[in-house]
Amino acid sequence: MAATEREIRPRGAAVRPHGDAAPAPLAGPVVEFRGVGKAYDGGDVGLDAATFSVRRGEFVFLVGPTGSGKSTIIRLLIKELEPTAGTIRVAGRNLAEIDHKRVPYYRRNVGVVFQDFKLLPNRTVYDNVAYALQVTGAGRREIRARVPDILRLTGLSTKLHNYPDQLSGGEQQRVSVARAFVNHPPLLLADEPTGNLDPATSIGIMQLLYRINRTGTTVLVATHDNAMVDRMRRRVIELSGGRIVRDEATGLYERGEESTGEFAARLRREGGLPGEPLG
Amino acid sequence: MAFFVREALRSLRRNAVPSFAALATVLVTMLVLGVFIPVVQATTGAANEIRRKVVLNVYMKRDATAADLARVRARIEGTAHVKKIQFVSKAQAYREQRKRFGDALELLGSSNPLPDAFRVTPDHPDAIVGIGNALAPAAVAGGRTPVDPAIDEVRQRRPETTKILIATRVVKLTAGGLALLLIAASTLLIANTIRLSLFARRREVEVMKLVGATDWFIRWPFVLEGVILGAVGGVLAILLLAVAKIALIDPVADNFALIAAPSTINFGLLIAVLIAASVAISAMGSGISLRRFLRV
Repeated sequence: MAATEREIRPRGAAVRPHGDAAPAPLAGPVVEFRGVGKAYDGGDVGLDAATFSVRRGEFVFLVGPTGSGKSTIIRLLIKELEPTAGTIRVAGRNLAEIDHKRVPYYRRNVGVVFQDFKLLPNRTVYDNVAYALQVTGAGRREIRARVPDILRLTGLSTKLHNYPDQLSGGEQQRVSVARAFVNHPPLLLADEPTGNLDPATSIGIMQLLYRINRTGTTVLVATHDNAMVDRMRRRVIELSGGRIVRDEATGLYERGEESTGEFAARLRREGGLPGEPLG
Repeated sequence: MAFFVREALRSLRRNAVPSFAALATVLVTMLVLGVFIPVVQATTGAANEIRRKVVLNVYMKRDATAADLARVRARIEGTAHVKKIQFVSKAQAYREQRKRFGDALELLGSSNPLPDAFRVTPDHPDAIVGIGNALAPAAVAGGRTPVDPAIDEVRQRRPETTKILIATRVVKLTAGGLALLLIAASTLLIANTIRLSLFARRREVEVMKLVGATDWFIRWPFVLEGVILGAVGGVLAILLLAVAKIALIDPVADNFALIAAPSTINFGLLIAVLIAASVAISAMGSGISLRRFLRV
């Protein structure tokens, strides 16, 4: 168990990813999608030949309308779904090689924040965060040392013993972020983290994610909150109908000065765009 | 391990209503089983008692001598499956009849028309037909010819005997079948109740999986929860049974042959069986029902 964690966690030059003949360079991508496709059983296309890579320490927005494949990427990354084409590598490790039994150990190295928080309703704030440590077999002392720290970081030190239903949406999402980050995972995923929140609260959550990113954690945020994307000016990967249509280093929610209508018109003119990153 | 126990207790506390439903189910089914098992046993015991009374009468000729008697006795003893031979002399038979019919026998005057007889008890009720055939094989011309000239008749009261044998066997089989059905029903009932309470918590399981908990890390508290529920339900059921036994059954037990039937399960064994059954069923019910929700 511990061995796997060390294998996946790209913590230094001495650690190299497992299952790869050549050691991945330190600057190698944390996330690498190569021609990844996902067709759902009903025949819907979740993702179509997506190729992109995310370097360590990057902050990336996945944007696009509902059904464009943002959530599919997130769910592929936590191995909730299996791709039907292509390969996904996380820290140099091919996800397809992780068998069913090892999935829990892999997931401990990926923090995930969901739109609907996904907190355990029967546990207090403290216990919710502690659970992420308990599953790794952490001792009581370690839990008692780390949980209050992370809750202070997320601004929840006064709500330790409240249950999730006694918190506001923003506070619940903070708990969820705290739980995702308490293991200090090298990769943090957020699927519409501000989807249920008002703009003012959303800024707080985004700032929190940004601070986590500053500690060196790679952060991938799927969102359709254009105001937020425009404000943060980070890398933007735009999806449409399962295809990557834009990849800009410091992008806005929409491409340049184009309006959505103009963009759609151009898309139709060009007859779809290749799955290669454009930026 | 302490962590899992704490987790199990916590979820019992936080899910009081479904837990109580499961507990009540265990309690009721165990109560029914606890009543049913002794009843089945008493019934089969009583049936066996009746079967044990099945005997074969070997009537001697009226003029049989002591030598004849000894020879026939030896002959019967040499037959397979014979458990006990009881000699009933003319005089004894007369006294028995007299007890039964009273003064009516006086009409016969002082003469005793009854023959000497051997009452043969088989070691197993079903063997009685075989013994009868051995002592008086069917003759070619029909009817039966006893193996010894001193034997007048071998009578097994055949119609009654077969009836008793069939009736008791039916009673035993029905009781056994009912017991099996009841056990199957209680297993399903308990498993189903637990399944329902798990279903209410499937989202919780999903979240645990997303955080990186292994299947067994999630499963252990649920299994322990089942064990605790099963144990508490079983103990409560036994307490109720014990109270009923002491208050209702024991005082009257001496007056009823049926309840005092010697082969009734003893109470200690019954307790062990019930506890083990309730704990095992509940634990397995939780563990297995969880499988479905672990596929995330």
